Amino acid sequence: MSEEKILTSCTVGGAVRVHVKDDRITKIRPIVFDEKDAQAWTIEARGKKFSPPRQTSMGSYICTQKSRIYSEKRIQYPMKRVDFDPNGERNQQNRGKSGYVRISWDEAYDLLESEIKRIHTTYGKAAITASTSSHADFGLLQYKMGPFGRFWNMLGYTQLMDNPDSWEGWHWGATHTWGYYWKLGISDNFDMLEEALKHTEMVLFWGVDPNTSAGGYNGQDGTRWRLWCKELGMKMIFVDPWCNFTAGTWADKWIAPRPATDCAMAEAIAYVWITEDTYDHWFVENKTQGFEQFKQHILGNEKDGFAHTPEWAEKVCEVPAREIRALAREWARKKTMLATASIYGVSGACRQPYATEWARLMVLLLAMKGLGKDGCNTWGGASMAPPMDMSFRMFGYSDNGWDTFGLVAKETAKNSVRQKTYRLLLPECVMNDKTEWIGEGFCGNSLEQQLTQQVCPLPKEQGGAPIKMIYRQGGSYISTMTDTNRWPRMFQHKNLEFFVTSDIHWQSETKFADLVLPVCTGLEREDICELGAPGGYGANDMGANFRVIIYMKKCIEPLFESKTDYEIYCELSKRLGFHDRFTEGNDIHTWIRKIFDKSSMPEHITFEEFKEKGYFVVPPPKPDFKRAVSNKWYYEDREVDVADHKNPHKGTAKAKLMGTPSGKIEFVSTFLAEHFPDDKERPVMPGFIEPWEGKYGPEAAKYPLVMMTPHMRFSYHTHYDNKTPWLDEIPAHRIMKDGYAYWPVRIHEQDARPRGIKHGDLVKVYNDRGGVIHVAWVTERMKPGNILSYQASAKYDPIEPGKAGSIDRGGCVNLLTPARMVSKNAPGMACNSVSVEIERWEA
Amino acid sequence: MAKNYGMVIDVAKCTGCYACFLACKDENAGEEHPGYTAAPPMTGQHWINLIEVERGTFPKVKHNHIPVTCAQCDNPACIDSAENGAVYKREDGIVIIDPVKAVGQKQIVNSCPYRVIFWNEEKQLAQKCDGCAHLLDKGYKEPRCVEMCPTSALLFGDLNDPKSAVSQVVAAQKPYARTPEYDLGDKVLYLNIPRKFVAGAVVYKDSDQCAENVTVTIKGEGVDQSYKTDIFGDFWFEELKSKADYTVEIAEPGYKKISLKVRTNTDVNLGNLFLEK
Repeated sequence: MSEEKILTSCTVGGAVRVHVKDDRITKIRPIVFDEKDAQAWTIEARGKKFSPPRQTSMGSYICTQKSRIYSEKRIQYPMKRVDFDPNGERNQQNRGKSGYVRISWDEAYDLLESEIKRIHTTYGKAAITASTSSHADFGLLQYKMGPFGRFWNMLGYTQLMDNPDSWEGWHWGATHTWGYYWKLGISDNFDMLEEALKHTEMVLFWGVDPNTSAGGYNGQDGTRWRLWCKELGMKMIFVDPWCNFTAGTWADKWIAPRPATDCAMAEAIAYVWITEDTYDHWFVENKTQGFEQFKQHILGNEKDGFAHTPEWAEKVCEVPAREIRALAREWARKKTMLATASIYGVSGACRQPYATEWARLMVLLLAMKGLGKDGCNTWGGASMAPPMDMSFRMFGYSDNGWDTFGLVAKETAKNSVRQKTYRLLLPECVMNDKTEWIGEGFCGNSLEQQLTQQVCPLPKEQGGAPIKMIYRQGGSYISTMTDTNRWPRMFQHKNLEFFVTSDIHWQSETKFADLVLPVCTGLEREDICELGAPGGYGANDMGANFRVIIYMKKCIEPLFESKTDYEIYCELSKRLGFHDRFTEGNDIHTWIRKIFDKSSMPEHITFEEFKEKGYFVVPPPKPDFKRAVSNKWYYEDREVDVADHKNPHKGTAKAKLMGTPSGKIEFVSTFLAEHFPDDKERPVMPGFIEPWEGKYGPEAAKYPLVMMTPHMRFSYHTHYDNKTPWLDEIPAHRIMKDGYAYWPVRIHEQDARPRGIKHGDLVKVYNDRGGVIHVAWVTERMKPGNILSYQASAKYDPIEPGKAGSIDRGGCVNLLTPARMVSKNAPGMACNSVSVEIERWEA
Repeated sequence: MAKNYGMVIDVAKCTGCYACFLACKDENAGEEHPGYTAAPPMTGQHWINLIEVERGTFPKVKHNHIPVTCAQCDNPACIDSAENGAVYKREDGIVIIDPVKAVGQKQIVNSCPYRVIFWNEEKQLAQKCDGCAHLLDKGYKEPRCVEMCPTSALLFGDLNDPKSAVSQVVAAQKPYARTPEYDLGDKVLYLNIPRKFVAGAVVYKDSDQCAENVTVTIKGEGVDQSYKTDIFGDFWFEELKSKADYTVEIAEPGYKKISLKVRTNTDVNLGNLFLEK
């Protein structure tokens, strides 16, 4: 028996130590720093000292990493669908039904090579699209983007543009209010923790559940910060139709509007501030534009207008008018952090019909209270921005666009194909002759990117081609994309000639593929990365106590016949004739070394020391470090001073301005007035609009319950659920009944009783789009009239396998969410106000 | 002096993330620790578990999680029930079920009043938390569940060392047993276990506004407390006894007195209380 080895790695939920004995992983632990590592920072506030423990933390589901790696769901060998014949009958209609036959890697590569070449010759490069998964296994070079982006861009393919799925309203809405398009619509967050601990009196969590969503990337460091806020006596108010996990434990007040009606409440708050004259006049007059028009609208002085009183709002959102008034007054008199508007502010409200309006109104309320004033700011989920030295140079995985290797390579890959497709419309783009939409997915370079008129396929003379092949690198759109039944339909469509997936586990849509390639996990390969660092649009979004740079060790050899995506693409690039350009003669070790050399690490540690130790803790800022709090420069009429190198105004004549056309926070949007003057769904000035589904939609009579589907608590998208039996033992995640792990749906007693539903019963949640079997979790934490089922179950288990529209008993609730997008010109997903009915189900 | 290990669990700091539960699975499920524990099955044994408690009614609700693990009793019933010395207490206080000697002794499971011992059907063996003794003996400072807790809701250390964090909390905050009726000892103690609350909201009937700064009193069972309503008119009396009778009163000058009798069979949400002139 060999000695135990302790190696380092990093996951999508924190940096870890991996214990290995006899080539088997025995345990996963946080990294505990030793005496030589950097000391922790200390914040002094209100007579107390706050300092974090000198270790990393982990999202709870990361504790299942070992079980996930040795999961029985692992794809072990390359597999070919048994009735797929590339030279004869492809049997597209049998995808999802047919079994598989094991093949060798050589056969798999041969098939890939011949199919890619055939499709290139027959249709052109644009006939292939490829897609990578969000947030599977971490790393800088080998994460979701690196090898994927370099290979496909060098080859040329139809790019599948992602939608900003977790923060739609901010991206398509708030960009027109405060700019921040370079942050995809959310404010940067710097030095917020110290700001809050020193000055803030109240934290308002509107549509967010940080103790649920913040296990990702940085582990759970932020949970301790929120506890500090609590210990300092800050009042915590939660606005959410569901008394979410953070609210249930810590709320001083829980306010529950109907889903997709928050805007009425926001307008009523503005009404109270205007009529009681408790808003920041100086800020509104000097730092915003269009307030007078907004004021007249709120007061009802426009033609056909009405006063947006709390009494009006009560009829819409079902929160008592007196409580709206009390909330407005409390917000007016207390220094308040609005804990939304960041990647950790992702939950319900920004992903619903007309979510643009909600996000815009949030910014306007912040402005009316003086955004950037001491203790008054936007603090994403109260989860971000401890004291941090951002001058230390290290990279995030999206710092060089799609080709991470380009950070240190001679050549950055550029796509030669102009045609694009859109994640939310992929089934339509494959099945239909012509699909049109607007916008470019992530519009991080300019507001104008939101104007691009898209069509797929592009005309042939522009290099367009119908999509005939999909290469899917990990993950599952079945269950994560809206109206998921569109995907089985697409996979079985004759237009789709070849569907390949490379993945770690048999996921919900793996069994629709013609060719299945086994990929290893992040603990079976080498890489380098900074804990939680996305780079790019998310650069400097720090939610961990320390900047930790990790040498990710290959803890065990890849299991079975699995390989890294990088290896697969190396071989494919060889067969397709650009291996030398792809690798530039590097192997993964030399790539890692080049990243190290380009970072600031060589000033502190040798490569050999770093590799030996496995991690490096960036020293925290010195006590005399000059703080620069997000948005404070704007409030104080100074040039932007936060350490956001992506802010295009920095160091220019526009350095005092926000990223809107006027440079001010815009109550009335200049950009929308110019480009969409008649858009009733995203008007030039935001306000409540009756949502097209939910309380007001045409289906409301037939399907009276409104369902929310926020991000879940015990998995990162589909990457942990259904890979390990341990998560099935957590009743808040799945409920065992008759030996089957069902998905819970939260429902109030008032809605359960008339339907004859008791706690623990099997129920069918359904609408015209489909039906999903759940176990009923009857709870007082749900606002009556609404139910909640978390999205991204990783178990698609249709009762009629391979039949689109079949009832699912695995919990894929996105089968029921609408394909319709936020609004006509805001192409985001709207999954948190879904009209459904629910009834008992006899298994 | 020998070590005397103890744990303090602060329920107010527990967010219910289940990291302790999953870290314990990672350490133990399917893993043998020779000399300490045999490998329990991959599922079914929860050496630390969370009791999830939802309290109150819409919209006055609270949600808590109470971590429960072996109490490492002072006078363990499992030791008394075991034959051949199959269960023993170490000098540091940790109670160990010998994975060899205890085979076939199902009575050990049933001896535990705290219900934290599990039966391994395949191995015919009673099994429970060993406090990660197999790690502590290798120099680890704390068990896996404690190391993983993101908020230090679980605190572990040497009760014989007055400087240890756990000793300081014991001295300063007076943690208590969760089930004193079983007299399990003081190795695993608790802070802030939720008791019963009585809550409500006070509203001015004529103006339909939240009644802020109104004094609400509660009396009974030795309690005599008052509470100033907050800006929402809300009041919360916490830490009340279960199945006890109380009287809630509001005597606001200029308004009719409100007096309500409540019994805390459950947490009580009195709903809106309207002040009338």
